[in-house]
Amino acid sequence: MSVITFTIDGEQYSAKEGDTILQVARDNKIPIPTLCYLEGLSTFGACRLCVVEIEGSQKLFPACTTKPTESMIVHTNTVKLKKYRKMIVELLASEGNHQCAVCVVNGHCELQDLAYEVELDHVRFPYLFPKKSLDATHKDFVIDRNRCVLCTRCVRVCHEVEAAHVWDIAGRGIDCEIIADLNQPWGTSPSCTSCGKCVRVCPTGALFDKGAAVGEMQKESGFIKFIVNARNKHEWVRTAHEEE
Amino acid sequence: MKPRVATAWLGGCSGCHMSFLDLDERLIDLADKVELVYSPIADIKIFPENVDVTLVEGAVTNSENEEMAHLIRKNSRLVIAFGDCATTGNVTAMRNPFKVEDVERRAYIELADKNQRIPDEYVTIAQLLKTAKPLHEVIKVDVWLHGCPPTADQIWFAVTELLQGRIPVLPPAYLRYG
Amino acid sequence: MTVEDLRELAEKEQARQAEYEHRILYCSSAGCVSSGCDAVKNELKKAIGELGLSKKCEMIGTGCLGLCGEGPLVFVHSDPTLYQHVDATVARRIVEEHIGQGKKVKENEIDLNDPFFASQKKIVLENMGKINAESIEEYIAADGYEALAKALTEMVPEEVISEIRKAGLRGRGGAGYPTGLKWDIVRKGVADQKYIVCNADEGDPGAFMDRSVLEGDPHRVLEGMAIAGYAVGANQGFIYVRAEYPLAIDRLKTAIKQAERFGLLGNGIFESHFNFRIDIRIGAGAFVCGEETALLRSVMGRRGRPKVRPPYPSEKGLWDKPTVINNVETYANVAPILRNGSGWFAAIGTQKSPGTKVFAIAGNVKRPGLIEVPMGIALRKIVFDIGGGTPEGTTFKAAQAGGPSGGCIPTEHLDIPVDYESLQTVGAMMGSGGMIVIDNTSNMVEVAKYFSEFCMDESCGKCIPCRVGTKHIYMMLDKIVKGEATENDFELLKELCVMVKETSLCGLGQSAPNGVLSTVRFFKDEYLSKLKKSSEGNTHLNESSSVPVVKEA
Repeated sequence: MSVITFTIDGEQYSAKEGDTILQVARDNKIPIPTLCYLEGLSTFGACRLCVVEIEGSQKLFPACTTKPTESMIVHTNTVKLKKYRKMIVELLASEGNHQCAVCVVNGHCELQDLAYEVELDHVRFPYLFPKKSLDATHKDFVIDRNRCVLCTRCVRVCHEVEAAHVWDIAGRGIDCEIIADLNQPWGTSPSCTSCGKCVRVCPTGALFDKGAAVGEMQKESGFIKFIVNARNKHEWVRTAHEEE
Repeated sequence: MKPRVATAWLGGCSGCHMSFLDLDERLIDLADKVELVYSPIADIKIFPENVDVTLVEGAVTNSENEEMAHLIRKNSRLVIAFGDCATTGNVTAMRNPFKVEDVERRAYIELADKNQRIPDEYVTIAQLLKTAKPLHEVIKVDVWLHGCPPTADQIWFAVTELLQGRIPVLPPAYLRYG
Repeated sequence: MTVEDLRELAEKEQARQAEYEHRILYCSSAGCVSSGCDAVKNELKKAIGELGLSKKCEMIGTGCLGLCGEGPLVFVHSDPTLYQHVDATVARRIVEEHIGQGKKVKENEIDLNDPFFASQKKIVLENMGKINAESIEEYIAADGYEALAKALTEMVPEEVISEIRKAGLRGRGGAGYPTGLKWDIVRKGVADQKYIVCNADEGDPGAFMDRSVLEGDPHRVLEGMAIAGYAVGANQGFIYVRAEYPLAIDRLKTAIKQAERFGLLGNGIFESHFNFRIDIRIGAGAFVCGEETALLRSVMGRRGRPKVRPPYPSEKGLWDKPTVINNVETYANVAPILRNGSGWFAAIGTQKSPGTKVFAIAGNVKRPGLIEVPMGIALRKIVFDIGGGTPEGTTFKAAQAGGPSGGCIPTEHLDIPVDYESLQTVGAMMGSGGMIVIDNTSNMVEVAKYFSEFCMDESCGKCIPCRVGTKHIYMMLDKIVKGEATENDFELLKELCVMVKETSLCGLGQSAPNGVLSTVRFFKDEYLSKLKKSSEGNTHLNESSSVPVVKEA
């Protein structure tokens, strides 16, 4: 297997063939913010938070899908990237109805964490305050579309890991929404196995356990990597990091 | 002359002011260093002129808030959005996806035990705006102090920075929504 | 069918056409259909019958004749005369006076020496006004399928690709990627199955180049695709055409059936081992499906959403197999290149952008329509010589090239050569060939608002910058138009546009802010004049002026 040597933020790193810039960065504890990316699921490349600069190109590249090439020089944290990431979080915040104070994941929310990471002190764009629906018809879980960031982790985990494909996206542009089956109440979905994987991987409070009160819901997305590894490589090992 | 400080309460739950009171014994220090010229916790009827700093709690949700916000801006050298409602709209803005009439019907008729009617015949009662807005969508805001509510330590940090003549730049540790 | 059969067919058809003294061609493209060419057709037919001219005169429906604003158009081939604004009365007069008595109907005649025609160079549109759009025989008589025959019987696939590379043909869908290079990558890809896809999801407002080609000369596209299939080793092609083009779909269906019947599609074409079939896939009205990765997903029956490239379709396209995806006009150029040679093609246009480009001119222009010009022609020539300039009493302000995501080119850049690279230097792009002329009666902020609304509506919603960014861009422009925005809003708008452009996932988002950015660049005054002078809301403390606020105790 060939090894590629390249540079991230001035330091040299080596990557196995097929590794992405993000994987190498994660392995070496270089922080690159992500939202739609989740280890164990297919890459979606849509949140654009992980974009990096590569010397010699005017374009920006998503670290989650871009593979390093020999001697590539990558910058993950330039002034421009910081500015863009902050704007992306501003856009996300303006798009939904995110009232942290009354949210089940307050304090354990990836969107909140992102806001802190990019040091977002206020949103310069007008909040859109869309009218979104909440579906509590499932016996165990609730989907509150007001808090959805459309990362599609639920869609992917349901299709790729649980193989039920309950979730998909309806509409387009700003009107996109996650729907169950043929846009029906979740509780009536014949394909849902009630496995709860979608709830665990959701980065925000859009999917949660019924009965959870403010701040009570803790997500656990690391187990997807464990399941996928166990299935594909027959390795039933969880690292301490994933246990967190 | 001591700096003239004001705090105002727009469309919020007063939680931010409660948190302000949580400064506890630090309030005594503060009382020596500043002059509190307007506040819901002081009995002053009219927002004065020539204020150095105003902390504004709550979103701008009705006509009175809007008028007040502009008055505050006009009379204050520095305006601080105080808490999540002033910063994001927060809980106050949860009504925004709905029509004002629907919100009023829900509050005054559907959920009222008695005297079910919308109090729209009193000119003294401020009218709800179409949407509740974060403060900076209405007036210029200089500093954002978030949290629901901001903790006493956050408030103290901001206040002490101001007393030392600096515009507070909150360290990431004090960045907190919810 | 053999090559000999093809030539025999061509001769037979030429002989048949020669039997007629006159050929009357009426434009049967959607533009003239909507301006009433059916009534014209019926009257022509009736008049020919009544005057007993049916032995002497043949009447056929042909492809777009170009001057769409002057339709319905009728062309008398024998004695080249083009008639405009033809209605039933004029149609009868054409038959009675022109065909019957040899006297042209002067009132409706268009001067064929007009710069509109003289400045054009037709390759893709060469058959428009020559052949019947629904007849494979007529296409064959005009050297149709000759190039496919040549490729299959005289050339190895590598030679075909090399010929396309030498010609320097670049993708006509907008980005201008070298077609030969793309084919070569697919050719070299190792897979049990490869695909050819034709992007006919033309969605830019005001653009109708591809539609016109499909309606007027569908076999040209089929032939180009079959040659591509032979070159890369694919036996299956798909044409992805938008449902809003019913006439194009009908003509394509007819053409595919005819080609199959003649053995020009199907198994063992020209008695070679080459098999190729083409299926039509009909789009469901999403602009984003013009983006290649979204289009491919839609062909496979999935949700039309772009995905991150690489891998490019040439490596992993339909069902993860190497796939050539080119636009209608690109395929339409293939057969002429093989027939006339790469040298002939490379000599047309500019060195970096050889050949011609079809444009659909619309907007505030005297002669809107479909044109084909050599690459590198000055924009001024397109707007003024061909398009006739803006209507009386108005002056030219800008030309919007490249569709909703293109840029507005102002007067000072009117002499810019129209090719891929030059257009980019002024923030516009070649795009697929839509060109909208804007005169001084239009406000550029409103123009930008119109295009940004289009991009917002058509965003698929996958990536955040495009999904939410286009919404805010539109809202801010609306605020500016209403006179409610401040300078800070304007600054934020510019910042947002650059961010959306640089971070969006696909071409739609990456180019969505172009309309705003180019109008800000060239027409900043129009924005500034709409801004509110002072503001209280949504402003930021200027750090340099941050006076310590609190006085010493």
